[in-house]
Amino acid sequence: MIYSKTVMDHFKNPRNVGVIEGANGVGEVGNPLCGDMMTIYLKIEDDHIKDIKFQTFGCGSAIAVSSMLTEITMGKSIDEAKKITNKDVAKALEGLPKNKLHCSNLGADALQLAIKNYEDKKNGIIRPEPRREAEKHEHVDGKKCFCPYCDAEVKKTAVFCKACQSDLDEHH
Amino acid sequence: MSAINLDHISTNQLLPEVQDAMIEAIKNSYANPSSQNSKGDEAAGVIEKSRESVARLINCKNTKQIAFTSSGTESINHAIKGVAFANSDKGKHIVTTNIEHAAANRSIKRLTQMGYKATSVEVDNKGRVNPDDIAKAITSETILVSVMHSNNEIGTIQPIEEIAKITKEKKVIFHSDAVDSVGIVPIDVLQLGVDLLSFASNPYYGPTGVGGLYIRRGISIWPIIDGGVQERNKRAGTENIIGIIGMGVAADLAKKNMDKRVAHLNNLKNLLISEFPNYVDEYCINGDPENGLPNLVSVAIKYIEGESIILMLDDEGYAVSTRSACAAGSLRASHVLMSIGLDHADAQGTLVITPGVENTKEEIIGFLKALKNVVKTLRDISPLYKK
Repeated sequence: MIYSKTVMDHFKNPRNVGVIEGANGVGEVGNPLCGDMMTIYLKIEDDHIKDIKFQTFGCGSAIAVSSMLTEITMGKSIDEAKKITNKDVAKALEGLPKNKLHCSNLGADALQLAIKNYEDKKNGIIRPEPRREAEKHEHVDGKKCFCPYCDAEVKKTAVFCKACQSDLDEHH
Repeated sequence: MSAINLDHISTNQLLPEVQDAMIEAIKNSYANPSSQNSKGDEAAGVIEKSRESVARLINCKNTKQIAFTSSGTESINHAIKGVAFANSDKGKHIVTTNIEHAAANRSIKRLTQMGYKATSVEVDNKGRVNPDDIAKAITSETILVSVMHSNNEIGTIQPIEEIAKITKEKKVIFHSDAVDSVGIVPIDVLQLGVDLLSFASNPYYGPTGVGGLYIRRGISIWPIIDGGVQERNKRAGTENIIGIIGMGVAADLAKKNMDKRVAHLNNLKNLLISEFPNYVDEYCINGDPENGLPNLVSVAIKYIEGESIILMLDDEGYAVSTRSACAAGSLRASHVLMSIGLDHADAQGTLVITPGVENTKEEIIGFLKALKNVVKTLRDISPLYKK
């Protein structure tokens, strides 16, 4: 098994699943390229996370990440919650397989979007609906190309990563 | 721990007869078949006996046309690279399809980095390639056509005979990757008309670590493993005699029990497909109902992801596969499923269910019951599922 015991526990017994009716903050992230999508629902009162729930479409680690995120966020103040990162979630899960760190570890991103959504609503800002499509060029950093699997630098025309031998899309 | 294996495309248990033969072979402690003494001759004789069994399984009349390799993957690499290297003076173009196994896919991709060109012909939404499209893709530079016999993800069987007629007429070498067909469905190399055919022993309950390549006489091919004169100079390296013995026994059993096995597997497959809607809704069966492997059902279950499904099913005691990107380690949706027109989310929720000869009807129903609960649990979590 590639997952830690904590990951398997949160996958098999996910905490805080579902939708909060009348949520005052909603954040959604998605990456159809890999397949994971998460929605985080917040009930914020007195600048504190009174309730948090999630819905996730994705692999074992994506579900575990969502569950763990809700557990560490519950009851926190907005300021504390804003500091939660994907790394914190992975650490609380006792690590995630390396190839899962990029794609399924999106829980904190969804949380930050949900907090933003709450603050926007409070300040009367209306933003367009977020697009569900992920950026295809996620591993392009400026002029250089990087392998999405091992982070080694690759040539733009490469069909294999020289370092880890992964297949690369023709247009990357 | 999965007690019931519905993932025979990944793992097969060795049949008792195969186990016995291999244990006997280990105890026998055979000499190096290349040794110039009676012990060596004995070992060489045992290998030739297995070669005869394997040749019979694919109706190859001349055992000299069979080379043992280390796996189906090696056979495919050998066929594609060996032909490309040996015929580069005639041309550097290869025709294939866009749903080949990674062994073929990546071999060809590797060659394109060495100056070869490749044309990947598209398949229809059942995963079938149109032989006319293959004909159109062949140019004066084409040296090889490589099309798999059956697909390992959706089970679709290709019109190999018709493609062979085209390649014969155009004088292009034709290789077929038949790893998931040989020993499962009747294969006759003479009837198919292929020049090269790759196969392995584990799909038909033989050991892993041993495969075979049929090379029709007169085909120009280089070895890809250089060294001694084993396998008539086609594949160097001291033979995996224990594996080869197991492969031979498994081939005899596959040949002898072919009709019975195909009938049993078809029964299980039909039961699985006909009962499916009684347990799970909103799904689609992938592949070609008219031209499919008897031991494979590929099903896309909507709104949920494959790796989650297999992890939960594993807990319930059932082993199946998924073509979800997340489980594959490649983090990419299956090229086969994308090629037959599935969208990303449906490709992510695809299970590959491959029953074997030892499975029963009761196990299929038990699996469906377990699947029903798993689907409900995961759909309850999914943001895509609206009740």
